[in-house]
Amino acid sequence: MAIFINENTKVLVQGMTGSEGTKHTARMIKSGTKIVGGVTPGKGGQSVEIEGVTLPVFNSVSEAVAATGANASVVFVPPKFAKAAVIDAIDAKLPLVVVITEGIPVHDSAAFYAYAVEKGITRLVGPNCPGLISPGKSNIGIIPADITGPGRIGLVSKSGTLTYQMMYELRDFGFSTAVGIGGDPIIGTTHIDCLRAFQDDPDTDAIVMIGEIGGDAEERAAAFIGEYVTKPVVGYVAGFTAPEGKTMGHAGAIVSGSSGTAAAKQSALEAVGVKVGKTPSETAQLMRDILKNKG
Amino acid sequence: MDLFEYQARDLFESHRVPVLGGAVAFTPEEAETAAESMGGRVVVKAQVKVGGRGKAGGVKLAESASDAREKAAAILGMDIKGHIVHKVMIAQAAPIEAEYYLAILLDRANRNFLVMASVAGGMEIEEVAHKTPEKLARIGIDPNIGISKEKAREIVLAGQFPADVVDQVVEVLLKLWAAFVAEDATLMEINPLVKTSDGKVVALDGKVTLDDSADFRHPDHEALIDHAAANPLEAAAKAKNLNYVKLDGQVGIIGNGAGLVMSTLDVVAYAGEKFGVKPANFLDIGGGASAQVMADGLGIILGDPDVKSVFVNVFGGITACDAVANGIVQALSMLGAAATKPIVVRLDGNNVTEGRRILNEAAHPLIQQLETMDGAAARAAELAAK
Repeated sequence: MAIFINENTKVLVQGMTGSEGTKHTARMIKSGTKIVGGVTPGKGGQSVEIEGVTLPVFNSVSEAVAATGANASVVFVPPKFAKAAVIDAIDAKLPLVVVITEGIPVHDSAAFYAYAVEKGITRLVGPNCPGLISPGKSNIGIIPADITGPGRIGLVSKSGTLTYQMMYELRDFGFSTAVGIGGDPIIGTTHIDCLRAFQDDPDTDAIVMIGEIGGDAEERAAAFIGEYVTKPVVGYVAGFTAPEGKTMGHAGAIVSGSSGTAAAKQSALEAVGVKVGKTPSETAQLMRDILKNKG
Repeated sequence: MDLFEYQARDLFESHRVPVLGGAVAFTPEEAETAAESMGGRVVVKAQVKVGGRGKAGGVKLAESASDAREKAAAILGMDIKGHIVHKVMIAQAAPIEAEYYLAILLDRANRNFLVMASVAGGMEIEEVAHKTPEKLARIGIDPNIGISKEKAREIVLAGQFPADVVDQVVEVLLKLWAAFVAEDATLMEINPLVKTSDGKVVALDGKVTLDDSADFRHPDHEALIDHAAANPLEAAAKAKNLNYVKLDGQVGIIGNGAGLVMSTLDVVAYAGEKFGVKPANFLDIGGGASAQVMADGLGIILGDPDVKSVFVNVFGGITACDAVANGIVQALSMLGAAATKPIVVRLDGNNVTEGRRILNEAAHPLIQQLETMDGAAARAAELAAK
C-alpha cells in the first residue's frame, strides 16, 4: 500500500515530446513507473522510443485513456498551455493528475482547480511540484528514485529539494510515499489531504510534514492533526529568518505582516503535539527517536 | 508585483473603474503644474509601497498650486518606514460624504477568489473584521463563473451599503472584477471607496498586486516595474534570470530549490549567532542547475562587498553534483584573482562522488568541502566572522 499511487498506476505524460518531458519520462521508466503513452496535441499517431520502450503519442488525454487504460497523468507542458492540458485530463476523468510545470498564472490554476472540484473525479497534485514517489512501486514526477527505498514513513512537503534532503536523512528507514505538494498559492492537494491519507494508510507508521513560510496551510494542517491524526508526526518549517515582504523563490513563500511566519507555524504544530525540528537533520533525528522507541 | 497608488489609479481608469483626477510628480515643480491643471486644491500623497503613510505625514491637503509645490517639497525625500519617497501623486480633492471598502483577492485557503465589501471603509479592514464582523461581507467567487450582476448585487447588499449607492457600487464591483481578470491580479483593493457630496461613488485609493507568472500575456506590465527600487545586485541577478534576494548579512548563500535555500538561510543564521554573522542573500539556482548558472550565481555573490564567505549547499536531485562542481571550478577560473572569499561547499545526492572528486582534484585554495549541511553552515559562519 501507499497513498495516491501504487505499482498498478498507469501513467500518461502530457508534454512527453518536449525536452523536459522526454528527460523525465526516461527517469520515471528507469525507476519502475508504468508509463503507457504521451499526449501532445498535434502529434497524435506518432510514437517515441524512450529507454527501450515504444510509447504512443495521442492528441488528447481521452484518446490516450481509451487506448491505454491510463489512470494518471503527469504534466510537463509549459505555463502558457498548462491550463488547457489540465482541463483535458480532467475531462478524460483521470483520477490523478500531477502538474510539475512551474510558473502557471494563478488565475489559470484557480480555474482548473475549481473545474476539478466541480467534476469531482480528479485529484490534482501541484502545480509547481516535484510529484510523488512510492519507492519501488511508482514514481510520478521528477523526484530522484535512488535516494531512498521503500519503508513506513510518509512524507509531505511543499519543497522539492527539502523532500530529497529528508528522504536522504532517513534513507535507512525508507518511505511508503513521499508527496511534494508544491509551493504555489493554489495547489490541488494540500498537507491536510496527505495527512488524512497517511493516517488511513495501514503501511505508514509515522509522518514527516515539511512546510515553509507564507499562507496558513501549516496552521490548518496543525488543526487537522489535532482532530484526526493519531500516528506520530514530526514537522519542519523553512524560513524562520526570512524577512518580511520578500518572496523567497516560491510564489507562495512570503511573510506579510504577522501572517505566514515560520514561528507561528511552529507553535501551531507544537500545540497539537507535533515535534518540530530546527533544521532538517534535527527533524530527521526526532523521527529516528520515535521509530526507535516504537521498536 | 505590487503597484504604486498612481499606477493602480491609472489601471482602474483604463478599466473604467471611477476614479478622481490624479497625476504622478517627481519634483515640486511637476507637482505645482499638476495641481494647477486640477484647479489648485489637491491632495499631495507620498507614493510608497507601505501602509501608514498618512500617520507618517505623507498625505497633505494643498489649498493652491503653489501650496502643492511646498507640500510636495516636504514629502519628497521623506523616509516612511524605510521607504524613501521618490514621487508623489497629485490627486483631485473632493468633498467626501462616506467611506466604504471593496476588494477582490486570491483566497489561498479556499483556493478561489474572495470579494470583501463593507460600508465601514477608510480604516484598517482587519479592525472592521475584528470589531464589527457583521459589517464586512466576505463572499467567495468561483473563477469559472465570475461575478454576474445578480451576484454583485447580492454582495453589495450583504456589505450593507445604503440604498442610494447600491447601483453605483454594483457597477464598480463589476468593473473591478473585469479588471482583476483582465490584468491577472491577485489583489485589487479600493480603500476607501467614497461617496462624494454630489452623490458619486469613486475609488479614492487603491492597492493592486499583479501575478508575475502571468507576465507572458501582459507585455504592458513590464512598464510598471519600479526599477529604482531594485538593489543593483538584484537587478544584475534578474538580468541573468537568477532567483536572488539581497539580505543584510555576511554569508553568501547558493542553493538549489526554494525550500532548501530557505532552510539554508535558517541553518546559517543559527550557526552565525555565535559569530555575529547572518546570511547575505537568498539565491536559488533551481532544480536543473547547469555549470553556467552556478558560475553566474557565484559571480553575483562574490561581487557583493558585504559577503565575507560563501556557502554552496546543493542536494542533487535533477541537478547532478558533478555539473555543480564543474560550475564552481569554471566560475573561479573565470573570476581569477577577483575571487578572494572562501567558499564552503556541501554536495549530496545525484552524482555526489564525482562532484566531490572534481572539487578535490581542482584543489582550489578558496574551496572547502564539508559533508553535512549543519557542519558546512557552521564553517561558513566561522569564516565570515574572521
